[in-house]
Amino acid sequence: MTKRDLINKVQEKYKIYSNKDIACAVNVIFASMTEAMKNGERTEIRGFGNFTIRERKPRLGRNPKSGLQVKLSERKTPFFKTGKELRNKVDYKNGL
Amino acid sequence: MTKIDIIQNVYEKLGFSKKDSADIVESVFDIIKDSLSQGDKVKISGFGNFMVKEKRARRGRNPQTGQEISITARRVLTFKSSQVLRKTLNG
Repeated sequence: MTKRDLINKVQEKYKIYSNKDIACAVNVIFASMTEAMKNGERTEIRGFGNFTIRERKPRLGRNPKSGLQVKLSERKTPFFKTGKELRNKVDYKNGL
Repeated sequence: MTKIDIIQNVYEKLGFSKKDSADIVESVFDIIKDSLSQGDKVKISGFGNFMVKEKRARRGRNPQTGQEISITARRVLTFKSSQVLRKTLNG
């Protein structure tokens, strides 16, 4: 499923809104989460999961193709921890 | 940030009613959850991909007691952030 499919599915449920309006709403949702992460804030979605920021230390890496050493500076990466409800839903035991 | 803050943002930026904003945000996460529960992956461009991965059964150890236990085959959800998102965070 892509963002497009997601928008279409939401719009099927809320026909009073145009596809464009729903697309804007979906974009606002992900932009809000991005903004929060940018500010170093964690995002908690009950039943879904948490998004947090992990700091990566600077290190010396290697270009796997050329084998040349490259300096990797300190950086931030998003980390997602699946919520309990979703974790159970995705696993075999419950469902499928 | 919680769901309430996201709903507030949708309400302020799009002028939908409070109730509709809440319903739409709720349904976005529900649809994503349903799709993942069926083993389908969800790709959100500019944000990242949610993918279901199959894990084989393996022998594990209780790190506290050192006792060996068997871990059954399972399906887990992984999130791979988009390059765009990582750039935003480090830009």
